[in-house]
Amino acid sequence: MNITVNGKRFSAEPNPGQCLRTFLRGLGWFGVKKGCDQGDCGACTVWLDGTPIHSCLMPAFRAADRKVTTIEGLAPEGGLHPMQQAFLDAQAFQCGFCTAGMIMTAASFTGEAREDLSRVLKGNLCRCTGYRSIDDAIHGIAETEEDVAGRACGASLSNPFGNSIVTGRARYTLDIAMDGALHLKVLRSPHPHARILRIGREKAMAVPGVVAIFTWEDVPRRLYSTATHEDHLVDPDDTYILDNVVRFVGQRVAAVVAQTVGAAEAACRLLEVEYELLPAVFDPEQAMAPGAPILHHKGGEAKGNIYVEIHGEVGSVEEGFKAADVVHERTYSTSRVQHVHLETHGCLTWKGDDGRLHVRTSSQAPFIVKQKLCHLFGLFPRNVHVFTERVGGGFGGKQEMIVEDLCLLATLKIGRPVMWEFTREEQFIAATTRHQMTTRVKLGAKRDGTLTAIQLRVVSNTGAYGGHGGETLAAALGSPLTMYRCANKKADGYTVYTNMVPGGGFRGYGSSQSTFAIECAIDDLAQLLDMGSFEIRRKNMIRPGDWIESIWKETSDVEFGSYGLDQCLDLVEQALASGRGAAKPEGDEWIEGTGMALAMLDSGPPTEHRSGAEMGLRPDGSYHLAVGSTEMGNGSVTSHRQIAASVLGSRANQIDIINADTDLTPYDTGTFASTGTVVAGQAVALTAAALRDNLLEYAGRHTGTDPSSWRLEHDGVVSANTRISLVDLYAAGIKAGHHFEAKRKAYLSPRTTASNVHGVRVAVHLMTGEIRILQSVHAADIGRLINPMQCRGQIDGSVAMGVGWALYEKMVYDGHGAMVNPALRNYRIPAFADIPHSEVYFADTYDKIGPLGAKAQGECAINPVAPAISNAVRHATGVRFASLPLSPERIFAELGAVKARRA
Amino acid sequence: MDLNTIVEVKRPSSADEINRWRDGYAWLGGGTWLFSEPQVKTDTLIDLASLGWPALRASGTGLDIAATCTIAELDRFKAPADWKAAPLLGECCRAFLASFKIWNAATIGGNICMSLPAGPMISLTVALEGVYTLWPRAGAPRDVPAIDFVTGNHQNVLRPGELLRNIHLPAEALSKTFAFRRASLTHLGRSAVLLIGTRSPKTGAVLLTVTAATARPVQLRFDRPPSADELRRALDAAIPDSLYFDDVHGSPAYRRHLTYYFGEQIRVEIGR
Repeated sequence: MNITVNGKRFSAEPNPGQCLRTFLRGLGWFGVKKGCDQGDCGACTVWLDGTPIHSCLMPAFRAADRKVTTIEGLAPEGGLHPMQQAFLDAQAFQCGFCTAGMIMTAASFTGEAREDLSRVLKGNLCRCTGYRSIDDAIHGIAETEEDVAGRACGASLSNPFGNSIVTGRARYTLDIAMDGALHLKVLRSPHPHARILRIGREKAMAVPGVVAIFTWEDVPRRLYSTATHEDHLVDPDDTYILDNVVRFVGQRVAAVVAQTVGAAEAACRLLEVEYELLPAVFDPEQAMAPGAPILHHKGGEAKGNIYVEIHGEVGSVEEGFKAADVVHERTYSTSRVQHVHLETHGCLTWKGDDGRLHVRTSSQAPFIVKQKLCHLFGLFPRNVHVFTERVGGGFGGKQEMIVEDLCLLATLKIGRPVMWEFTREEQFIAATTRHQMTTRVKLGAKRDGTLTAIQLRVVSNTGAYGGHGGETLAAALGSPLTMYRCANKKADGYTVYTNMVPGGGFRGYGSSQSTFAIECAIDDLAQLLDMGSFEIRRKNMIRPGDWIESIWKETSDVEFGSYGLDQCLDLVEQALASGRGAAKPEGDEWIEGTGMALAMLDSGPPTEHRSGAEMGLRPDGSYHLAVGSTEMGNGSVTSHRQIAASVLGSRANQIDIINADTDLTPYDTGTFASTGTVVAGQAVALTAAALRDNLLEYAGRHTGTDPSSWRLEHDGVVSANTRISLVDLYAAGIKAGHHFEAKRKAYLSPRTTASNVHGVRVAVHLMTGEIRILQSVHAADIGRLINPMQCRGQIDGSVAMGVGWALYEKMVYDGHGAMVNPALRNYRIPAFADIPHSEVYFADTYDKIGPLGAKAQGECAINPVAPAISNAVRHATGVRFASLPLSPERIFAELGAVKARRA
Repeated sequence: MDLNTIVEVKRPSSADEINRWRDGYAWLGGGTWLFSEPQVKTDTLIDLASLGWPALRASGTGLDIAATCTIAELDRFKAPADWKAAPLLGECCRAFLASFKIWNAATIGGNICMSLPAGPMISLTVALEGVYTLWPRAGAPRDVPAIDFVTGNHQNVLRPGELLRNIHLPAEALSKTFAFRRASLTHLGRSAVLLIGTRSPKTGAVLLTVTAATARPVQLRFDRPPSADELRRALDAAIPDSLYFDDVHGSPAYRRHLTYYFGEQIRVEIGR
């Protein structure tokens, strides 16, 4: 058929059942993204004869003899459509994966539509921004500031890849065509627990186009963990690439590699698997009970299904409760949720002309992935290259190696390039989730509110595999407990295997779960004492000079590099008292309440974490910066440039940056655990300082003057009245055999600590159970803001994710461990209509530990959101919702008492 | 998504060309549901767009909607002034979970034949006393009242290969006054309940249509506006607890509660 795409005519035949999305990508228009492939997310929006449609739902043949416009053709080559310019000016993206579809939708709006964005943007999901910056863009509000030499740090500078993001030219993991690439698909277990007796592959192999099938008998029988950490010992080696026992619905059973996705899928359906069904257990308490079926027999079975337990006590809670006038005790629980990064997991592996193995992937930790691949396949590190180009969101979900191993196995066995892309359904049933945790909290206090004892019992459901199970439990028992000064604290934690989808890393990483419990409990205690939420916290919260201590007597390396929790509390209290925000809707059936919560998080993990950076001056006077850390929408490429520019006195755009590539950048543990600024950023700062010293020293040597009289200024070095441009300095230095290069490593110790306070005013409808957020206020103590716009963006996004967790998102399972709602239409992440704009404030602090005074900020902001909402709903209704989400049907069901009281 | 099991697309110029129906065939309307999930049991799509049915025809007897009319076309329809219930067309379009971009492809017939409890085109056409014309693969067309078409979640009276051709909304129903209520668990999400009441200006008769809350549409008829008690008793009698739908978009208890709550609001609003 003939089709015109972006003004160019093509003649090509689609497959009968092909959708327009993949057809366009096949023609090379990679700006057409896949977020869900089901019409729910809008990332694939294109115009068909000028009308916006979701191209994943449009039969390709219907585009015959018609005109298609994709993001690449929205404006003439080299130019920008006004909406692209608006998204650039407002920096209305973080990972940028939804941006093409968002712009193609917004560019179709007439004036009227712009006034009702809740409605017209309901088909476009963004997981990063919380929609505030998108709202700004569509209304023409610019956020970016000018890039001025020497003033990079603290300025709201643009993302260096912004132009490629808004034009659809930014290449995400699978936005690449490779001749001869094969496609991999896996058959997944329909059973929660079963032994595989036999896999018949004859019928499957007979499908035309099928090249190879791999089962557990074809893979190295080597245990590992899919979780990625610097220290490989913090996660249990409990996983095989393919196993003869399946432990959750969705686990890999066999992999098929074929010339087309369709052939691989057909072959998966024809595999004949005989299972011996084994008893399954889904609830962690039941899994700990005597007689429960044991999931793993790998050395830890003496502990049953308990993968790890953590205990600790400082002081004596027994004495503390004896001394208490009031004791509050209650169980709180949080739900399993999925990251829903818009770019699904995927990778492409091939053997290069250099004879080495190349892995192009969507990972938060390419260096650890490389190590794991070498471990699994017995490869020499120098023969393996792992890299990312642009990653479409992570949030902890990509701190996991769950595609690279099978793809590389296939390339090793077949010798050809192999590509594997997760479906959205696979994201739900076969990737990782936030650990579901149940927390029993017991608090003792004097009548004046002084805490005398805090006791916790946390049970974490890690699912079938234990990756991140120990570290998230430790995090749950860490920062959220250090936040309160109390002489007597005790906690017992258990991470338990069950036949559920595995838990993993997720923004907030265990501390979100226990923060919900503790912050709800503190409010419940305040109610018993007839105290205010702010008052009880001010009385008990940690202060400068206090020993930073959770439940462990061991000395920790956490210190207050700065302290702003008090400021955050004041900022939120003042904002809530201001009367700003929406008024309560009219009518007796609406009631109103206010709630708040705090959170503290160490800037970086207690586990090892390191990062390196390399810089050099180029002949044209620009700089090259290579840093190992991954950019996944967290903004690190922007802030790293700013850190370097700040040290070098240059403009940020004098610095070219490359990241996350095991061939081209120094080692980095990975972008997770709030380390992008405090570890990788530190490496950049140290490297830039070393390069600065190198330049100034050479300037001194070259001119025969004292190096300390020289300073860097914009694009030259300056001393008194002399100025040498960097171009000239470079030319002179190179001639003399000088190297304008520097490399430094950073290691995380000591660690500082950041804090966040969230406040909300909500209206609750007594009859429908609807919750409306009338005002949302967030204050963060994250030290100096390297890029205020980005800092606010991270908070907007965290708040939105927190609201989703608190109010909407729920992975629902049938009685056999199968997820009922593995699609975005049935597992609803917040859309534009669901997220209020938050007032965002920052404490005025400058950290003495973090680079250039900054602290970590990507994670902590999510932690106080859900408890603040639960506290506000309790304030409004008198009913404590101690588990998540607070969906309207639950509100309605539990409000009977309130209605009775009012009647 | 790509439907990799499809091996052929038939593009007939008349539905009569498809006279030998077999398993594996599927009519293709807008494709917005078919292409949203794997269809491993389907190997042949039969394109309805090639039949060229005019989307909308208004006349003195009412409105005829082709099954292939898109949601966007229906939403743009400008109704005669005396069709007091015409704003329901837009209300029901807006009751879709799907975005306006989906409306540009999705069809009225597709939504009806999907027969989901929350299908807003079912709500609309049942409330407005529609009659569906069905074309069997053999034999004469038959007319089915909209209220009788959907029999359960994803279930309807269509026989294999039978095609929904036309939806007729009578002018009399379109001339009624109406009240509309809807709720969903997320803002602008999929309907947990969608209730429509209409009242005849001539006779005062009231129709209350309950959809989304129940596995199939339920319609209550009253010769005159009912009292609160009469309405409650009628709902009790018409909807056993087992008929309230249960899925992730609302629990049966919640849907039952809102059915009574909104039913009473509608009763008051259209009784004025």
